[in-house]
Amino acid sequence: MNNSMTTAKRRNRALALCAAPLYVFTLLFVLGPLIYMVILSFLTRAEVWGVVNEFTFKNYADLLQPVYLKTFGESLKLALLTTAIDMVLGYAFGYFMARRPPEKRRLLLLLVMVPFWTSSLMRLYGWVIIFRANGTLDTVLMGLHITKEPLKLLYTYPAVVVGMIYALLPFMILSVYTSVEKMDWSLVEAARDLGASPAKAFLTVTLKLTLPGLLTGVILTFIPSIGLFFVADILGGNKVVLVGNVIQEQLMKVHNWPFAAAMAVVLMAMTSLMIFLYRKITHVSELEGMV
Amino acid sequence: MEETILVLDKIKKSFDGVSVLNGIDLEAKRGEFITLLGSSGCGKTTTLRIIAGLESPDSGRVLLSGADVTDTEPNHRNVNTVFQNYALFPHMNVETNIAYSLKLKKKKAPEIKKTVAEALALVQLEGYGKRMPSELSGGQRQRVAIARAVVNEPEVLLLDEPLGALDLKLRRQMQLELKRLQQTLGITFIYITHDQEEALNMSDRIAVMRGGVFEQLGSPAEIYELPRTAYVASFVGSANILTGRCAGGGDTVAVDFPGGTGSALRRDWQGREGDSVTLAVRSENVQLLSSDDSRGIPAAVTETRFAGGMLRISSKLEDGTEVVISRYGIGTDLVSGDAIRIDWAAENAVIVLPDSEVAHE
Repeated sequence: MNNSMTTAKRRNRALALCAAPLYVFTLLFVLGPLIYMVILSFLTRAEVWGVVNEFTFKNYADLLQPVYLKTFGESLKLALLTTAIDMVLGYAFGYFMARRPPEKRRLLLLLVMVPFWTSSLMRLYGWVIIFRANGTLDTVLMGLHITKEPLKLLYTYPAVVVGMIYALLPFMILSVYTSVEKMDWSLVEAARDLGASPAKAFLTVTLKLTLPGLLTGVILTFIPSIGLFFVADILGGNKVVLVGNVIQEQLMKVHNWPFAAAMAVVLMAMTSLMIFLYRKITHVSELEGMV
Repeated sequence: MEETILVLDKIKKSFDGVSVLNGIDLEAKRGEFITLLGSSGCGKTTTLRIIAGLESPDSGRVLLSGADVTDTEPNHRNVNTVFQNYALFPHMNVETNIAYSLKLKKKKAPEIKKTVAEALALVQLEGYGKRMPSELSGGQRQRVAIARAVVNEPEVLLLDEPLGALDLKLRRQMQLELKRLQQTLGITFIYITHDQEEALNMSDRIAVMRGGVFEQLGSPAEIYELPRTAYVASFVGSANILTGRCAGGGDTVAVDFPGGTGSALRRDWQGREGDSVTLAVRSENVQLLSSDDSRGIPAAVTETRFAGGMLRISSKLEDGTEVVISRYGIGTDLVSGDAIRIDWAAENAVIVLPDSEVAHE
């Protein structure tokens, strides 16, 4: 008895040792840079290159300038818009996909995954070809006599929105699909049997039970969407400026590292706050483990 | 009691070209307990789903209280179902599950509360209202499913093997409770099972289903005492099926078997001398005679075993037909290979339709 307990303890210790490199890796390469970034955001920019170890709140104070506040607002707005549209499209598609017969399901799943095999940058340039004046979209629309002259969509806000929706839609589709696929459809039949119309049965049963998947999708879409800078870069030209773009610019062109760090910290805090609020509102913990 | 509530009129249904129902006809009276009995794949669940509106028939009609509801959506039929897996909503507690249909009907909160409390009392689950389905045992879930289905006051309650997942002791208890419930509520029950004992215990009428048709529809006594087909006789009464040739006779038909002669009451059989006759004789009605007896048919013992308080002796006729004989008692001198003769009283043999003459398409 005693002997077997020590064996179990020893095994636990061995397992902990196996996992140790992971902890070290995480500390070094995830937590480390994060702490460095927070520290950096309180330091002073050097005259020419790098930083001086001089504590200051200036970087955060600078963020309060209207131009930056507006950028934060713009980023948040775009992220919310992207997430909301992806929610509708992704739910519809994920639901549709999960209700196909298994062999068709596999094919659709493959189609959703295929884009991941190529670089997302390449795919965005594809959108450039579609959106540019006299590009694919214009050729089709004008060919069908729907429009008379080029729409000049490239480097506009709608182009950025479409790009964002496109880039993040698969995450929404896959997380919705996973939870719809697990649905017990006899519950929907029970609801119909008890007097619910198809819409009512969907709202009271299907949607409620697949909510965890939708919520996961929202988080997986919202977090990246607030920081994606290259979509705005490629499809928005310099007309749409997001926090991500400013950070990139401050870091790479202006070389104001402390200010870029302060901006990243605020962005991170804002995202965390949004997710915290969101989890509060949706009571996600109540739903976990139900499906 | 005599008012007709549900009519199924020549219902046919096939899935992917495979026909599942081949013309189902049924008339159920108010307060009647009808059981669809059959092994899996016989079409009983499909029949139930068509009544509920969860499946639509390829042809035929469904009438509820005289109105044609064949094309009516399930939510507009005054029929409720107790599903095989209970299908309780996992995200709602017991009360909310039961109140589901009442809320859809926009009933007032106090009324809902009262109805739910009554339903919980009816299924003896007072105090369980706030529990989640995952916190209940199988038997309790089953009761919640019944309560949820009956609060809607359906004209017909459909039950799809509701006791299938319960252990034997609980099954017996729930059989009694269901029967009591059905009598209290006066609702027509259409009950599905593959357990013949359950069917015989609870039903007013039993429909024995096979291959998408009712092989026989009748009271438990009729089904048990006077099976119409060989299948019904063997499925419900575990009867021996023997085929011989009619050797004449009036009210009692003599039947020739290899090496001997048996007999059966003619009842409404129309056959004549020389015709093939199929008989159903239950094992407890087969008499065991010594091999030098002049009566009966010769047979050879193949196995003896003691099961369920009965001694069961398996034997083979000369033509290879297997006949089982049941006896009370535990001991026998018979061993495999012993020659015996078997016989039965004419009134204990029922002339049935052999499988070859039953239409299943």
